[in-house]
Amino acid sequence: MSIVLENVSYTYMPKTPYCREALRDINLIIEPGEFIGIIGHTGSGKSTLVQHLNGLLRPTMGVVKVDGNDLQAKASEKKRVRQRVGMVFQYPEHQLFEETIFDDVAFGPRNLGLEADEVAQRVESALERVGLPVSEYGSRSPFRLSGGQMRRVAIAGVIALQPEYLVLDEPSAGLDPRGRDEIFEQIMQLYHGTGMAVVLVTHNMEDVARMAKRLLVMNRGQIEFDGRPTDLFHDTKIQLHEFGLSLPYMTSLLRTLRSRGLDVDDALLEASDVAASIQSALQKKRIPQC
Amino acid sequence: MLQTNDLCHTYLNENGEELLALDHVNIKIAAGEFVAVIGRNGSGKSTLAKHLNALLTPSAGACIVAGMDTQDFSHIWDIRQTVGMVFQNPDNQIVASIVEEDVAFGPENLGLPSAEIVRRVDEALRLVGMTEYRLHGPHLLSGGQKQRVAIAGVLAMHSRCLVLDEPTAMLDPVGRKEVLESVCRLHREEGITVVYITHFMEEAVAAERVVVMDAGHIIMDGPPNEVFTHVEEIRALGLDVPVAADVAMQLRQRGMDIPAGTITDEGLAAAICP
Repeated sequence: MSIVLENVSYTYMPKTPYCREALRDINLIIEPGEFIGIIGHTGSGKSTLVQHLNGLLRPTMGVVKVDGNDLQAKASEKKRVRQRVGMVFQYPEHQLFEETIFDDVAFGPRNLGLEADEVAQRVESALERVGLPVSEYGSRSPFRLSGGQMRRVAIAGVIALQPEYLVLDEPSAGLDPRGRDEIFEQIMQLYHGTGMAVVLVTHNMEDVARMAKRLLVMNRGQIEFDGRPTDLFHDTKIQLHEFGLSLPYMTSLLRTLRSRGLDVDDALLEASDVAASIQSALQKKRIPQC
Repeated sequence: MLQTNDLCHTYLNENGEELLALDHVNIKIAAGEFVAVIGRNGSGKSTLAKHLNALLTPSAGACIVAGMDTQDFSHIWDIRQTVGMVFQNPDNQIVASIVEEDVAFGPENLGLPSAEIVRRVDEALRLVGMTEYRLHGPHLLSGGQKQRVAIAGVLAMHSRCLVLDEPTAMLDPVGRKEVLESVCRLHREEGITVVYITHFMEEAVAAERVVVMDAGHIIMDGPPNEVFTHVEEIRALGLDVPVAADVAMQLRQRGMDIPAGTITDEGLAAAICP
């Protein structure tokens, strides 16, 4: 099963002077277990696209199917589909509202009408997965956590619904470097631990280069590129800045070195690997430090 | 230009307990300096920024802006005109439905003659490279363009000092570059004093001076090539260093002779292949 978008177009405020076509004829299949990054400049249609994945927006034209169910169809079906596709919005910590972390994460499962035991079990496992064990954090107030921790509580609230697809819109915006690393470590663990498909919308090129197996570049409401991150960042013919994008910082450094005639591998991302590559490139040139 | 003397700021949490967000902070920023401030979430960066234009006033100690004490209420409007602020979310700071009207909002409130307002708006939009968008609706601009309009609004007030609190956190890479380049140009060509808070270490490198905050204290203060050489200490604080500094350190550990203070791509390239 999968999420299928067929010829999807979306227009904001049609038939008004403010009418704007945000998506144009999108065809896309998201398979279970994929890790997809979506990048593109502000206003390119990324957020509009992901809001179609669980029926928050209905396409102006075209069809969205989740595991074979048409999202335009009956309301009851839509509700079930929404449980399969969990959405974590930008700055999700603003949506926390309960007195305790346990209650906040339990809000979704309780609304599913689950038994108290089942709710407790889901809350426990969701908090465990984001590294905030219920025994230590359950009875604390979510508002006394750091920004990164609050965001993880919000993510736990979504994964307690046990979705098959997890959509995250800019999960690292505004976090400091360690907060950023922590949240992405958690997302990777979740991905490997649950087999959930992850769709990650981000402006951070480092993150998608490291984590995503498949990358979509949105531009003017269309999918401009669909492929592996390495194919995007290492194709020198693609003009990234036209899409509001840039190279990951490390790739940019490696390109600078290559332009100086040093034969380094520009697909590397970790500083230690890069250092090794620089050293061996220098040795190949048979000069100690070129 | 900006000076704090043992500046303290105390917040009360919901249990009524006192939290010291700034703990005896002493910093002096001269007119025309470009200072980047880095630190973890909750280290006190934004609290410090809000003291610099009297959005907050000291719990203890003092904050002096262009010779005026922020605790002296009679100076408050002069202080806020001297120091303009730009925040993280571009959508929260635009008030008008046309770009030029948004930039004119501040000067209009100063009660200036309309010819002077027009002149200031023209100048401000030119300085951030947004002249061609003057009649556009702000909602049609990109994030980077909105932030540049917000900066123009500060310039139209003839503020001599610009405090930016994570102005690029919500922008795409090209938008980040646009904003940083505008700020650098204003500093270089117009002599504007800049205090730039960021979580992007590659942006901090553009400043002349980097101030590192942790738990309400300033714990490092120096030129970027000095601060970012302390790779281990910076990492231990939960921050990061530019990739070139990281690779330089790795190469040194492998026995290569890379000069201290190598923190840019160009610098590293020059050190390896002169």
